[in-house]
Amino acid sequence: MDALTIGTIIKILIILAIVSAIAGFGTYIERKVLAFMQRRLGPMHVGPYGLLQIAADGIKLFTKEDIIPQNANKFIFSLAPVITAATAFIAMAALPLFPTFTIPEFLPLIGGAIVPSIVADINIGILFILGIMAAGLYGPLLAGMAQSNKWGIIGSARTAVQFLSYEVVTGLSVLAPIMLVGSLSLIDFNDAQASGIGSWLIWQQPIAFVLFLIAGFAETNRTPFDLLEHEAEIISGYVTEYSGLRWGMFFIGEYANMITISVIAAVVFCGGYNDLWFISGWLLFVLKVIFFFFLMLWVRAAWPHVRPDQMMWLCWKVLMPLAVINIVITGIVVML
Amino acid sequence: MAHIEEHKDTQAIQREKQNYIMLDLGKTPQFGIPAFIQVVKRSLSRELLKGLGVTFREMINALFKGKLHTTQYPFEKLPIAPRYRAIHEMLRLLESGHYRCIGCGLCEKICISNCIAMETRYDENQRKEVSEYTINFGRCIFCGYCAEVCPELAIVHGGRYENASEQRAGFSLFEDMLTPIDKLKEQNEFAGFGSISPNADENIKKTPLAY
Ligand code: SF4
Ligand code: SF4
Repeated sequence: MDALTIGTIIKILIILAIVSAIAGFGTYIERKVLAFMQRRLGPMHVGPYGLLQIAADGIKLFTKEDIIPQNANKFIFSLAPVITAATAFIAMAALPLFPTFTIPEFLPLIGGAIVPSIVADINIGILFILGIMAAGLYGPLLAGMAQSNKWGIIGSARTAVQFLSYEVVTGLSVLAPIMLVGSLSLIDFNDAQASGIGSWLIWQQPIAFVLFLIAGFAETNRTPFDLLEHEAEIISGYVTEYSGLRWGMFFIGEYANMITISVIAAVVFCGGYNDLWFISGWLLFVLKVIFFFFLMLWVRAAWPHVRPDQMMWLCWKVLMPLAVINIVITGIVVML
Repeated sequence: MAHIEEHKDTQAIQREKQNYIMLDLGKTPQFGIPAFIQVVKRSLSRELLKGLGVTFREMINALFKGKLHTTQYPFEKLPIAPRYRAIHEMLRLLESGHYRCIGCGLCEKICISNCIAMETRYDENQRKEVSEYTINFGRCIFCGYCAEVCPELAIVHGGRYENASEQRAGFSLFEDMLTPIDKLKEQNEFAGFGSISPNADENIKKTPLAY
């Protein structure tokens, strides 16, 4: 095997390990941030500042009884969480996540392997990611329908409506930057914004950026669009009947999706991993991703969630027309 | 619609009398262009950002100024009010150290959940003494009647409120509730019904004459 293949395999393992860990850690961060915003302390007792809470939760999830309801379609019921987790990670194949580096020669077996920043540097990166994330809707959809529970059915119905509608907005909002850059590759997006803050696409496409963020919140099922599993209305929506590890897979998938959306927002609109003045680009990139992740938690603490009909109204009557107008104007500007 | 107008009048009067801040929400259009305009107005005004600002401010306050409301319960405990009715205590006479209970049986009689059981006999001085006295805290509703009726201020409510247990019935014997003889100096009188907490003035707002 050549150096790049080994490097890619290493990269895959790194992503799987780190992103799963970050997804777990994300739950801790979320609980802490929400707690502080609500003048509470959050988890405190397991480990210093409750840091080992993730381990405690993990052990709990692993050892919990795995219940499959009597009338559920067992095959689909078991398959659904795998779809969510798998699609969330497959989408990451086309994301730039860490800088390229070479493993030192002196290490046995893997020495000299080049670990690329993107696992699969395909030239339709953004299209691939959006497509895989859209395929991820089968997770909640099938889960809700397979569990023979009315809350699950409502949850999966909402999944279908919400994800399908907001897929349109995501696609249309990213279309305008794609027209400006003239490429679907995330590397090209990054290179197009290489010359400082002024060249970030967020300045040329502010509307697309806001639309993308809103749609991103809807696609990752975050407040104010957390209709799929809103506790006050439908118990837990599509995850009502899930327990133990299967539930954990949905959870990891959701957090992995949040990271994906944050990375796309950072690469497409906020300058990617280019160096800025003297600051290392990758450090800055991680900070940007952390900011978008934090934004999701922040919004959850600040805003109430919307009604399903309001959300549909927002999508089809406000966001979609805005996105189309934005594309038309961008098109005219690009032509001139 | 008349009652709404009336309500608005009352609101206006209240505003003059008290320093309430009324939000000017205006009319709420139900549909059509006006509703749309209102949505756009509210989305583009700073209201959404203000919400974010408040939560961020609270986070900074919590993180750096320690403005938190959490009491880490098993480790920290809030003081309870003096008239709080928790697990009973049997008090002693301060002078002689003898228990106060004279075995009159009033508490047993009045207890509405029938959870006090007692037996008395005459001692060598022909005085009544309590030979058995048990309260079943699994049935006690902490109504406080026993403490209220006791002529000797013998049975009172203490401050032990952590009485979770693995079984329904939980019995307490006379000796368990009796003030230990060496702790006699620290024995507190139960302020009882109607007593006010020492910091009542801080907690209670003055009742307004006009509302
Ligand atoms: S508090 Fe009420 S229920 Fe409990 S022992 Fe006294 S009288 Fe009975
Ligand atoms: S009412 Fe008081 S004095 Fe009478 S038996 Fe009960 S505790 Fe003793």
